[in-house]
Amino acid sequence: MKLEWLAYGGRHLHAPDPTMPALRVSELAVGYAQASEAVLSRVEFDLRVGAKLALVGANGSGKSTLLKTIAGLLKPRAGAIRVFGLAVGACHHRTSYLPQREEINWSFPVAVERFVLAGRFVHCGWLARPDANDHAVVESTLAELELSAVRRTPIGELSGGQKQRMLLARAVAQGSDLLLLDEPLNAVDASTRAIVARLLARLQREGKSMIVSTHDVGMHDHPFDGVLALEGGTLEVQPYALAR
Amino acid sequence: MHWLVEPWSFQFMRDALVAGLAAGMGCAALGVFVVFRRMAFAGEAMSHTTLPGLVVAQWQGWSLSLGALASNLITALGIGLLSGRASKGRGVREDAAIGVVFTGMFALGVMLTSLGGSWRDLSHLILGNILAVEPGSLWFMIGSALAILVVLAALHKELELTSYDATYADLIGIGSGRARLLVLALVAFAVVSGVQVVGVVLTSALLISPPATAAMFTRTLRPMMVLSVIVSWIAVVGGLTLAYHADLPAGAAIVGCSAVTFALAWAWRRMRG
Repeated sequence: MKLEWLAYGGRHLHAPDPTMPALRVSELAVGYAQASEAVLSRVEFDLRVGAKLALVGANGSGKSTLLKTIAGLLKPRAGAIRVFGLAVGACHHRTSYLPQREEINWSFPVAVERFVLAGRFVHCGWLARPDANDHAVVESTLAELELSAVRRTPIGELSGGQKQRMLLARAVAQGSDLLLLDEPLNAVDASTRAIVARLLARLQREGKSMIVSTHDVGMHDHPFDGVLALEGGTLEVQPYALAR
Repeated sequence: MHWLVEPWSFQFMRDALVAGLAAGMGCAALGVFVVFRRMAFAGEAMSHTTLPGLVVAQWQGWSLSLGALASNLITALGIGLLSGRASKGRGVREDAAIGVVFTGMFALGVMLTSLGGSWRDLSHLILGNILAVEPGSLWFMIGSALAILVVLAALHKELELTSYDATYADLIGIGSGRARLLVLALVAFAVVSGVQVVGVVLTSALLISPPATAAMFTRTLRPMMVLSVIVSWIAVVGGLTLAYHADLPAGAAIVGCSAVTFALAWAWRRMRG
């Protein structure tokens, strides 16, 4: 049984504002506490509902910082972010984030299926256990990402490509409307790239909105609706064709 | 067979057994999180930081359990406050915070002990005194073990997630910092029980050895917690039996059995390749 008042952080599932884009970033500046200079400054863009943007830039250009700020993991120094018209963190259910692999404690004794099930925890809240529907979502997501065979394998025993697909599976299992994917194709083989491309295409058909950070737009087998190019902490919004 | 049964014909040995099983259960179940969250140093530190609380409680004639618990909760809060924002680059690294609080509290305990004038009075605290456990302490140990199990069961998924992916836990509103503080508070309770069984010096063995042994046999969390508790119970029963017959300090015998169990498991694992 899932009780409304036991939602994490007291944040419940809110209806989106239909007049607003999936994401609106205005005059955003972000920096770390110990550094005087901002990592990102005057970043502004909209992501319309159902669109998929590539976020490109060199190492250290602020790609991960931007995604973490939109996800609510970092507080901006200035500016505003609205997710489906709501303040960041107002609804944890609507945003999912694919972290980079080094952020995970891979030695922890948890199996793949349980790891992906964590994507459903936000719908359970405190004390409640995942129900049959949550398990069914995990089941189908594992199948789609070709992870069913390793469902009982400890996460530390997976290959690089399997780890990446598992992280993506958890983000997808959450059932969010905005996906923030940090380097989903980092150090993966061609077969994983094809599986990920298929999944992203399906999500876009279903109207999900996405920002996909990448070193190289060319390595993605699927088209983007636009490119956000970060350079020196500032942003350029480019049509996809120019970026190719 | 008589050799195995004889120790339990005495009330003080039966009390010691209950105390050992209760303390072992709380420490071993929680210990899986301590080991895999890489908090072994915190467990070691907390066992030492009971000292000032124990000394003050002994002076004032208060409950030693509550004195030790107060001391450890202060330690847990201190570590939590100092290192709470370390992951965001704003706090002290956790190992450094533990090192500072641990040594500071232990030094305070040593100074208080010196002011009290007698180390002999505290030797049973430093080395444990499970064979003379008082009824109040026994109930504290049983209550602590049950409380730890209830929290681990009720917040299992949150403690699990924050252990391997603090970022995602923060994203969905669980708050990895709060979970970390909760684990530290649970360690405080577990350690206070452990101190009375095996003493300040050896308590971390109850937190670390059984989970480390269990990890040789299984790679999933719940079976590992169950196996860890079983391993600790084997060490308690074996240690008390050995202490009774060989006239050894009971706490050291329990920790010795725990170490032997680990060594056997390690050898078995090596032989299996």
